[in-house]
Amino acid sequence: MRIGLIGQPNCGKSTLFNQVAGYKAETGNFSGTTVTFTESKVRLLGQVVDVVDLPGTYTLAGTNPAEREVIKYLTSNEVDVVVNVLDASHLSHGLAMTVELLELEVPVVVALNMMDEADRLGIHIDIKALEEFLGAPVIPMIASKGRGIQPLFTKAYQVGKENKGPAQPRYSEDIEKYLDILENELKDVESYLKPRALAIKLLEGDEAILKDILNQKPEILGDLTSIREGLRHTRGQSSDWVINGERTSLAGQIASRVIKQGQRKITFRDKLDDILLHPVLGYIFLILILYLFFQAVYSLGGLIETPLMSLFEQFENWTVNLLGGSQNIVSELVVGLIQGVAGGVAIVLPYLVPFLVGLGVLEDVGYLPRVAFLMDSLMHKIGLHGKSIVPFILGFGCNVPAIMATRILEDKRERLISAALSTLVPCAARLSVVFGLVAFYLGPALALGIYLFNLFVIALTAKILSKLVPETSPGLILEMPVYRVPTLRTVFNKAWWRIREFIVEAWPLLIVGSIVLAALNYLNVAVYLNNLVRPLSWILGLPHEVGVPLIFGVLRKELSLVMLGQALGSMSFSDVLTPVQMVTYAVFVVFYIPCLATMVVIRKELGTKAMWYIVLLTIIIATLAALFARGFTEIIY
Amino acid sequence: MNLLGAPKGKAVRVVDYTGGKGVSFKLRQLGLCPGREVKILRYAPMGGPIMIDVDGRSVALGRGIASRVKVEKI
Repeated sequence: MRIGLIGQPNCGKSTLFNQVAGYKAETGNFSGTTVTFTESKVRLLGQVVDVVDLPGTYTLAGTNPAEREVIKYLTSNEVDVVVNVLDASHLSHGLAMTVELLELEVPVVVALNMMDEADRLGIHIDIKALEEFLGAPVIPMIASKGRGIQPLFTKAYQVGKENKGPAQPRYSEDIEKYLDILENELKDVESYLKPRALAIKLLEGDEAILKDILNQKPEILGDLTSIREGLRHTRGQSSDWVINGERTSLAGQIASRVIKQGQRKITFRDKLDDILLHPVLGYIFLILILYLFFQAVYSLGGLIETPLMSLFEQFENWTVNLLGGSQNIVSELVVGLIQGVAGGVAIVLPYLVPFLVGLGVLEDVGYLPRVAFLMDSLMHKIGLHGKSIVPFILGFGCNVPAIMATRILEDKRERLISAALSTLVPCAARLSVVFGLVAFYLGPALALGIYLFNLFVIALTAKILSKLVPETSPGLILEMPVYRVPTLRTVFNKAWWRIREFIVEAWPLLIVGSIVLAALNYLNVAVYLNNLVRPLSWILGLPHEVGVPLIFGVLRKELSLVMLGQALGSMSFSDVLTPVQMVTYAVFVVFYIPCLATMVVIRKELGTKAMWYIVLLTIIIATLAALFARGFTEIIY
Repeated sequence: MNLLGAPKGKAVRVVDYTGGKGVSFKLRQLGLCPGREVKILRYAPMGGPIMIDVDGRSVALGRGIASRVKVEKI
């Protein structure tokens, strides 16, 4: 048995899923699309059933690719019963989609979630009456507190076994008359939809379905056109608006008949936006909240990383001794392996875990859409939207979580640009290069200058990129969910799934890359590597030896400083490099190729092509920026 | 009158909107259809988005989009 969960954004569907899902939940894509769903096995009445969390959608219109996939999936034989999660505090809005769902004629159980929230707003719902209007069972529940979940799934199981579709919602008489005509003609047409649902979709102007039908039965076009014209004449609106209006008013009627409105209790949550979205206070809190988030993640990370890494170093020394010194191939490769493993541990445990938990809290509380609201106008000035600020800020700690944070952006273009820009943000490792080279030898003012220059380059790149990749979204249209106290289980489950993805997909690549670099090191290919990079180091006026540290810096950015010392034969950089060279080198390191872990995450999140584009982009930007820095410092020194 | 010109905190009725299919689709999804009463709750500073109340829910709209929503006084 497979149970599909469907509901509008912010209805608590994911909370419900997380309450029942085990640790082995899998994320998948609908074949051939980027539309994702999550599936988990759940023990129920002594049976194991599959529960599928479908993407949150406001409607089931076939005109939107994601929604079309959801419809196809629901009407396929893969799902036995659909649980429609509704937010009881906004019943009429949610019911509009329930009506659409009933039209699909698949077995449905309605989960009336957030009963506590409805209660707070003084909304009393007559469950029995609602069941009668919908012709489907309705189970009240509070997913965040785990209430009503057992009865819900028991009911779903029962309905799925019976495999009986719900009653059909009735529209106004004139619409029903037209639907009958179309339904009759569509009886022998092959489709994933039943004739009535097909007829409705045709009136809604679903072009993909129309094309499919016309291939099978071209003569229907005449009737359809005259029906649409008829509707436009009698109702004064195009047929898609008429159908939509019918659904909305049907939902509104049902809601008004089952709801008894009582006294609304005003709590501090209703007042919270007055502070958090205040034109002045809002920004102060925004800075404070993001600063605390950043501080919490990275101070916790530093606290764990330092002892962890020294442990790994001891282990590395111990293994090298055991394998008979560092000059043989086996011990070199083992060291590569250990460093790859350590690199993953040092990123996952200290930074990713607290970051993902923190992001989950901000997400579930409902603060992220508020960030978008506050930052929208500022980010628009560089061609982006409000939410893009989040990955940038995180990038200052580590680019890996920054890339992951681009997931909060809905638009593919926005994600790509934000990911590319986040890799230009100097992470903590690059900070050590800027400080170790520039601040230490040439003074903090110049280091600060590099940071300001970096911000300028990011803004400029954003401006150029947003011109190159055409804007598709017309502007912000976003629902602000009600503030909620997040449930621990949801936050931790979500964090765990994301961490597991990193462990399974990104970490192995990191280890392999690390071993390959160790092999290169053993084979003593320094000369070749230096020659490979020579065109670049020549343009930038850097010594021949920087090739090796730059290439190994891709593995971990700190290495580009440590290995620079080894390559030049002195850790006292002022003896071997001129001030101009130090600044040029530091600027190049700040911008060039994201580290291996970041590359792997970009590949996972946005695809291989996007990864190589970003690599190429950062090399070009790094070269231009370093050239500029060279010219600039040559003038002042 | 468009939504941007509506007085803050006072209910107005949506009459129509102009714009591409994508925009009207999204607005409709959020319950912003002709006939619906909405109310401006707040403005983000520096030409940022506006926040409106649609049937008890808060929705943020960029000013470009808000200017395309025609409303009338009640």
